[in-house]
Amino acid sequence: MTTPAPSQPPVPAQSLPAPPPAVNPETEAFWGATADGRLLLKRCLDCGAVIWYPRAICPACASLRTEWIEAAGRGRVYSYTVNHRGEGAYQGSPPFVLGYVELDEGPRMMTNLVGVDLAGLAVGMPVEVVFHDTGAGSALPRFQPLRQ
Amino acid sequence: MTIRGMARIAGAYEHPDRKIPGKSIAQVHAEVALGALADAGLSVADVDAYFCAGDAPGFGPVSMADYLGLKQLRFADSTETGGSSYIAHVGHAAAAIATGKCRVALITLAGLPRSQPVPRPSASALAPEAGFEQPFGPTTVSMYALAARRHMYEYGTTSAQLAAIKVAASQHAQHNPNAMLPQPVTIEEVLASPMISDPLHRLDCCVISDGGGALVVVAPEVAAGLPRQTVTVLGHGESPKVAAGGPIDLTYTGAVWSGPRAFEEAGVTPADVDYASIYDSFTITVLQTIEDLGFCAKGKGGAFVADGALLAPQGALPFNTDGGGLCNNHPVNRGGMTKVIEAVRQLRGEAQPAVQVPDCQIAIAHGNGGSLGTRSAAATLILGREDA
Repeated sequence: MTTPAPSQPPVPAQSLPAPPPAVNPETEAFWGATADGRLLLKRCLDCGAVIWYPRAICPACASLRTEWIEAAGRGRVYSYTVNHRGEGAYQGSPPFVLGYVELDEGPRMMTNLVGVDLAGLAVGMPVEVVFHDTGAGSALPRFQPLRQ
Repeated sequence: MTIRGMARIAGAYEHPDRKIPGKSIAQVHAEVALGALADAGLSVADVDAYFCAGDAPGFGPVSMADYLGLKQLRFADSTETGGSSYIAHVGHAAAAIATGKCRVALITLAGLPRSQPVPRPSASALAPEAGFEQPFGPTTVSMYALAARRHMYEYGTTSAQLAAIKVAASQHAQHNPNAMLPQPVTIEEVLASPMISDPLHRLDCCVISDGGGALVVVAPEVAAGLPRQTVTVLGHGESPKVAAGGPIDLTYTGAVWSGPRAFEEAGVTPADVDYASIYDSFTITVLQTIEDLGFCAKGKGGAFVADGALLAPQGALPFNTDGGGLCNNHPVNRGGMTKVIEAVRQLRGEAQPAVQVPDCQIAIAHGNGGSLGTRSAAATLILGREDA
């Protein structure tokens, strides 16, 4: 397990909306941690699988014994797209980047890539998490180019 | 036990209109239901099984059965797997007929996304994944764009190769008098169309159309008494593709499982297929699916389609000869129904003459539902000419 980065206090999103997520009792610990600038993952206590998205059951072995662990908040871009036609909260937004980031811990999570020159986007690009405040007691984990 | 040869498609009907103002959704279900029953030489009173999916208004199959006056039902199925639903329904109907649960199954699809656009319902906040996807602004096109980008990264697939799929569909659509986009397009025109979510351009996307379609699946002894040529159900396979907590892989579809299951049941191989209906929500959907069904090696779909393989009637794998969802019709954003209907036309020899595959004996219809960018369901159907 890589060492968690120091927590990243949430900041206001500069150019993107930050709509609040649906939260339920199974996921409120995850979203509560985002408000503190920490990215949590679920790990299975029986088979060791690191699970994404977070849930009470381990889909690898069907165990109900899972624990929260803190991710390092670093990874690489698995895929991305510049979406010119936002919908819902994103309707009318300038083109924004939707992507999957493969975390150092293994999971691939849907997210937005921010703070990046669109022409410089690339699969495999190293990135780190940044938290954008939703104003509803949670923050969206988005990713920006890794700053060495 | 298999369903091979145990059921026949006796009726198939595609609504001719692509914009249907002044009607209700249930009304269009009724129009296509009656169209398919008339095609089969049957009536509402003969129907003893009814199948519908999430486009049907009301309470599963019950509201529509009430509306249509289906009073003799002894089997009903509302399997909802998006655009693949109707291909799954044919397989389920065949299984039900094979086990004696019913003899005449009606399957309907209809909707009015053009005439009665409603705000796209956000994915249910109760879906377990909702909080981890919806806040980031995923749209249908952008999900498939993520799949296209990764396929390009791993296999060197190009936008021009994807465009060749649209070009082939447009070549076919020009012969279909009902096609929404009957004008042939070039690769250059696809690449010059507005970028929606890169690398997917507007012309990489399917049309949005009102409309619908219906099928009637019957027992062989019922088919024997009907005037029309029927089509034999040879095999069917299904597979939801889920990441199940592991790292998602955007380079393949559930067709890697549904295809082999269908081929095995049918007792045929990809080389035996004369015509292919492949769900074409986007060009990348076709590319990944034909690889996964085994029509070319994984990662080689780009070269395969760029070589003209999809063009009817002469290509190696003539596909979507009605113009498909890319050019003809994509009722309710659900492509599976029209895929089966065009396969039936080909096996009956009733496709448009310019694109009719000569001596078409074996056809495949494949659907994908959900999103290639997250989780999806695949369904594959192998059909044979009545005398094949």
